[in-house]
Amino acid sequence: MSLRSPLGRVLGMGSAKDGTAHWWAQRVTAIALAPLTLWLFFSLLLLPGLDYSTVKAWLSLPVSSFLAILTIGVLAHHAYLGSAVIIEDYVHGAGLKVLWLVTLRFSYVLCAGAGVFAVLRVAFGS
Amino acid sequence: MPPRPRPTSPHLQVYRWQMGSTLSILHRFTGAALALGLPALSYWLVSLAGGSESYGKALGVLSSPVGQLCLVGWTFAFLYHLLNGVRHLYWDAGYGFERRQRHASGWFVVLAALGLSVGIWLGIWLGVHA
Repeated sequence: MSLRSPLGRVLGMGSAKDGTAHWWAQRVTAIALAPLTLWLFFSLLLLPGLDYSTVKAWLSLPVSSFLAILTIGVLAHHAYLGSAVIIEDYVHGAGLKVLWLVTLRFSYVLCAGAGVFAVLRVAFGS
Repeated sequence: MPPRPRPTSPHLQVYRWQMGSTLSILHRFTGAALALGLPALSYWLVSLAGGSESYGKALGVLSSPVGQLCLVGWTFAFLYHLLNGVRHLYWDAGYGFERRQRHASGWFVVLAALGLSVGIWLGIWLGVHA
Protein backbone atom coordinates (compact mmCIF):
# COMPACT_ATOMS: atom_id res chain seq x y z
CA MET A 1 0.00 0.00 0.00
CA SER A 2 1.34 3.44 -0.86
CA LEU A 3 0.74 6.42 1.38
CA ARG A 4 1.32 8.85 -1.47
CA SER A 5 -1.57 10.70 -3.01
CA PRO A 6 -2.52 9.82 -6.60
CA LEU A 7 -1.47 13.33 -7.66
CA GLY A 8 1.91 12.98 -5.92
CA ARG A 9 2.50 9.65 -7.65
CA VAL A 10 1.70 10.95 -11.07
CA LEU A 11 3.90 14.04 -10.67
CA GLY A 12 6.80 11.86 -9.48
CA MET A 13 8.55 14.75 -7.77
CA GLY A 14 9.53 13.03 -4.51
CA SER A 15 10.34 14.92 -1.35
CA ALA A 16 12.79 17.28 -3.04
CA LYS A 17 9.95 18.57 -5.25
CA ASP A 18 11.95 18.69 -8.43
CA GLY A 19 12.30 15.03 -9.27
CA THR A 20 15.33 14.03 -11.28
CA ALA A 21 15.51 17.27 -13.30
CA HIS A 22 18.64 18.56 -11.53
CA TRP A 23 20.45 15.22 -11.66
CA TRP A 24 19.58 14.75 -15.32
CA ALA A 25 20.57 18.30 -16.35
CA GLN A 26 23.95 17.84 -14.64
CA ARG A 27 24.62 14.69 -16.69
CA VAL A 28 23.43 16.15 -19.98
CA THR A 29 25.55 19.30 -19.56
CA ALA A 30 28.51 17.08 -18.57
CA ILE A 31 28.19 15.11 -21.81
CA ALA A 32 28.03 18.36 -23.80
CA LEU A 33 31.02 19.81 -21.94
CA ALA A 34 33.36 16.89 -22.59
CA PRO A 35 33.93 17.72 -26.30
CA LEU A 36 33.44 21.50 -25.85
CA THR A 37 36.00 21.95 -23.08
CA LEU A 38 38.46 19.59 -24.77
CA TRP A 39 38.14 21.73 -27.89
CA LEU A 40 38.81 24.94 -25.93
CA PHE A 41 41.66 23.40 -23.94
CA PHE A 42 43.51 22.01 -26.93
CA SER A 43 42.80 25.03 -29.15
CA LEU A 44 44.53 27.30 -26.64
CA LEU A 45 47.32 24.82 -26.06
CA LEU A 46 48.05 24.38 -29.76
CA LEU A 47 47.96 28.07 -30.74
CA PRO A 48 51.42 29.24 -31.82
CA GLY A 49 51.28 31.89 -29.10
CA LEU A 50 48.88 33.65 -26.75
CA ASP A 51 49.68 37.17 -27.95
CA TYR A 52 46.88 39.57 -28.83
CA SER A 53 46.83 39.21 -32.62
CA THR A 54 47.09 35.40 -32.60
CA VAL A 55 44.29 34.92 -30.09
CA LYS A 56 42.11 37.55 -31.74
CA ALA A 57 42.56 35.98 -35.17
CA TRP A 58 41.71 32.56 -33.77
CA LEU A 59 38.61 33.70 -31.86
CA SER A 60 37.34 35.71 -34.86
CA LEU A 61 36.95 32.51 -36.87
CA PRO A 62 33.22 31.69 -36.99
CA VAL A 63 33.81 28.13 -35.74
CA SER A 64 35.83 29.38 -32.77
CA SER A 65 33.44 32.11 -31.69
CA PHE A 66 30.41 29.85 -32.10
CA LEU A 67 31.94 27.01 -30.08
CA ALA A 68 33.30 29.45 -27.48
CA ILE A 69 29.81 30.87 -26.89
CA LEU A 70 28.34 27.37 -26.55
CA THR A 71 31.12 26.39 -24.15
CA ILE A 72 30.63 29.43 -21.90
CA GLY A 73 26.86 28.94 -21.73
CA VAL A 74 26.92 25.22 -20.94
CA LEU A 75 29.88 25.67 -18.58
CA ALA A 76 28.04 28.30 -16.53
CA HIS A 77 24.93 26.12 -16.33
CA HIS A 78 26.91 23.04 -15.27
CA ALA A 79 28.89 25.08 -12.73
CA TYR A 80 25.68 26.46 -11.27
CA LEU A 81 24.16 22.97 -10.93
CA GLY A 82 27.29 21.72 -9.17
CA SER A 83 27.68 24.68 -6.82
CA ALA A 84 23.97 24.52 -5.95
CA VAL A 85 24.47 20.99 -4.61
CA ILE A 86 27.43 22.16 -2.50
CA ILE A 87 25.36 25.02 -1.08
CA GLU A 88 22.44 22.69 -0.37
CA ASP A 89 24.80 20.32 1.45
CA TYR A 90 26.64 22.81 3.63
CA VAL A 91 24.51 25.93 4.06
CA HIS A 92 21.76 25.36 6.57
CA GLY A 93 18.76 27.56 7.12
CA ALA A 94 16.31 28.27 4.33
CA GLY A 95 16.93 32.03 4.09
CA LEU A 96 20.71 31.87 3.86
CA LYS A 97 20.47 28.96 1.43
CA VAL A 98 18.18 30.84 -0.95
CA LEU A 99 20.36 33.95 -0.67
CA TRP A 100 23.43 31.91 -1.66
CA LEU A 101 21.67 30.17 -4.53
CA VAL A 102 20.29 33.41 -5.97
CA THR A 103 23.65 35.19 -5.58
CA LEU A 104 25.41 32.30 -7.31
CA ARG A 105 22.94 32.22 -10.18
CA PHE A 106 23.29 36.00 -10.67
CA SER A 107 27.09 35.68 -10.64
CA TYR A 108 27.11 32.91 -13.21
CA VAL A 109 24.73 34.74 -15.53
CA LEU A 110 26.86 37.87 -15.16
CA CYS A 111 30.08 35.95 -15.89
CA ALA A 112 28.64 34.05 -18.83
CA GLY A 113 26.95 37.16 -20.20
CA ALA A 114 30.19 39.14 -20.08
CA GLY A 115 32.10 36.28 -21.69
CA VAL A 116 29.58 35.77 -24.50
CA PHE A 117 29.36 39.51 -25.16
CA ALA A 118 33.16 39.72 -25.33
CA VAL A 119 33.30 36.87 -27.85
CA LEU A 120 30.63 38.57 -29.96
CA ARG A 121 32.57 41.83 -29.90
CA VAL A 122 35.70 40.02 -31.08
CA ALA A 123 33.76 38.06 -33.71
CA PHE A 124 31.96 41.04 -35.20
CA GLY A 125 34.75 43.58 -34.65
CA SER A 126 33.62 46.14 -32.06
CA MET B 1 20.30 21.42 33.75
CA PRO B 2 21.56 22.36 30.29
CA PRO B 3 20.00 20.37 27.48
CA ARG B 4 22.11 17.48 26.35
CA PRO B 5 23.53 18.01 22.85
CA ARG B 6 21.75 15.95 20.29
CA PRO B 7 23.70 12.98 18.95
CA THR B 8 25.26 13.75 15.59
CA SER B 9 26.13 11.35 12.83
CA PRO B 10 29.85 10.66 12.38
CA HIS B 11 31.46 13.07 9.98
CA LEU B 12 34.45 12.87 7.64
CA GLN B 13 37.23 12.74 10.23
CA VAL B 14 35.87 9.51 11.74
CA TYR B 15 36.23 7.44 8.63
CA ARG B 16 39.32 5.81 7.24
CA TRP B 17 40.43 7.45 4.00
CA GLN B 18 39.52 5.25 1.09
CA MET B 19 39.91 5.64 -2.62
CA GLY B 20 36.18 5.99 -3.29
CA SER B 21 35.54 8.77 -0.79
CA THR B 22 38.84 10.54 -1.49
CA LEU B 23 38.26 10.71 -5.24
CA SER B 24 34.65 11.77 -4.68
CA ILE B 25 35.79 14.64 -2.44
CA LEU B 26 38.45 15.54 -4.99
CA HIS B 27 35.79 15.58 -7.72
CA ARG B 28 33.72 18.11 -5.81
CA PHE B 29 36.81 20.12 -4.85
CA THR B 30 38.09 20.33 -8.43
CA GLY B 31 34.58 21.23 -9.60
CA ALA B 32 34.46 24.14 -7.17
CA ALA B 33 37.94 25.25 -8.26
CA LEU B 34 36.87 25.13 -11.90
CA ALA B 35 33.77 27.18 -11.13
CA LEU B 36 36.14 29.86 -9.79
CA GLY B 37 37.95 29.67 -13.12
CA LEU B 38 34.87 30.86 -14.98
CA PRO B 39 35.30 34.51 -13.88
CA ALA B 40 38.95 34.25 -14.94
CA LEU B 41 37.93 32.99 -18.37
CA SER B 42 35.42 35.81 -18.75
CA TYR B 43 38.00 38.36 -17.58
CA TRP B 44 40.45 37.10 -20.18
CA LEU B 45 37.82 37.26 -22.97
CA VAL B 46 36.61 40.72 -21.94
CA SER B 47 40.21 41.95 -21.95
CA LEU B 48 40.62 40.54 -25.47
CA ALA B 49 37.53 42.40 -26.66
CA GLY B 50 38.87 45.56 -25.01
CA GLY B 51 41.92 45.77 -27.28
CA SER B 52 45.62 45.01 -27.18
CA GLU B 53 46.34 47.19 -24.16
CA SER B 54 43.81 45.58 -21.80
CA TYR B 55 44.69 42.15 -23.20
CA GLY B 56 48.36 42.74 -22.41
CA LYS B 57 47.43 43.64 -18.86
CA ALA B 58 45.32 40.49 -18.43
CA LEU B 59 48.09 38.36 -19.92
CA GLY B 60 50.47 39.92 -17.38
CA VAL B 61 48.14 38.98 -14.53
CA LEU B 62 47.69 35.42 -15.80
CA SER B 63 51.41 34.85 -16.42
CA SER B 64 52.50 36.23 -13.05
CA PRO B 65 53.69 33.59 -10.55
CA VAL B 66 50.30 33.54 -8.80
CA GLY B 67 48.51 33.48 -12.15
CA GLN B 68 50.59 30.57 -13.37
CA LEU B 69 49.99 28.69 -10.12
CA CYS B 70 46.25 29.10 -10.68
CA LEU B 71 46.56 27.95 -14.30
CA VAL B 72 48.52 24.85 -13.26
CA GLY B 73 45.86 24.09 -10.66
CA TRP B 74 43.06 24.61 -13.17
CA THR B 75 44.82 22.33 -15.66
CA PHE B 76 44.88 19.47 -13.17
CA ALA B 77 41.37 20.27 -11.93
CA PHE B 78 40.04 20.28 -15.50
CA LEU B 79 41.71 17.01 -16.50
CA TYR B 80 40.76 15.24 -13.29
CA HIS B 81 37.16 16.49 -13.27
CA LEU B 82 36.77 15.54 -16.94
CA LEU B 83 38.24 12.04 -16.59
CA ASN B 84 36.52 11.30 -13.29
CA GLY B 85 33.31 12.74 -14.74
CA VAL B 86 33.45 10.17 -17.52
CA ARG B 87 34.01 7.55 -14.81
CA HIS B 88 30.86 8.77 -13.08
CA LEU B 89 28.86 8.68 -16.32
CA TYR B 90 30.05 5.10 -16.86
CA TRP B 91 28.75 4.23 -13.39
CA ASP B 92 25.49 6.03 -14.13
CA ALA B 93 25.07 3.73 -17.11
CA GLY B 94 25.39 0.81 -14.68
CA TYR B 95 28.92 -0.43 -15.41
CA GLY B 96 32.26 -0.66 -13.63
CA PHE B 97 31.11 -1.21 -10.05
CA GLU B 98 33.31 -4.22 -9.24
CA ARG B 99 35.98 -3.52 -6.66
CA ARG B 100 38.85 -4.14 -9.08
CA GLN B 101 37.24 -2.01 -11.78
CA ARG B 102 36.62 0.87 -9.37
CA HIS B 103 40.21 0.82 -8.16
CA ALA B 104 41.67 0.48 -11.64
CA SER B 105 39.60 3.33 -13.07
CA GLY B 106 40.33 5.46 -9.98
CA TRP B 107 44.08 5.03 -10.30
CA PHE B 108 43.91 5.58 -14.03
CA VAL B 109 42.03 8.86 -13.60
CA VAL B 110 44.40 10.22 -10.96
CA LEU B 111 47.60 9.20 -12.70
CA ALA B 112 46.43 10.31 -16.14
CA ALA B 113 45.36 13.73 -14.84
CA LEU B 114 48.63 14.16 -12.94
CA GLY B 115 50.81 12.92 -15.80
CA LEU B 116 49.10 15.07 -18.42
CA SER B 117 49.24 18.18 -16.22
CA VAL B 118 52.94 17.73 -15.52
CA GLY B 119 53.65 16.97 -19.18
CA ILE B 120 51.71 19.97 -20.46
CA TRP B 121 53.31 22.44 -18.07
CA LEU B 122 56.80 21.08 -18.53
CA GLY B 123 56.18 21.52 -22.24
CA ILE B 124 55.05 25.12 -21.74
CA TRP B 125 57.90 26.05 -19.41
CA LEU B 126 60.55 24.37 -21.55
CA GLY B 127 59.12 26.04 -24.65
CA VAL B 128 58.22 22.87 -26.52
CA HIS B 129 55.90 23.50 -29.45
CA ALA B 130 53.39 20.94 -30.56
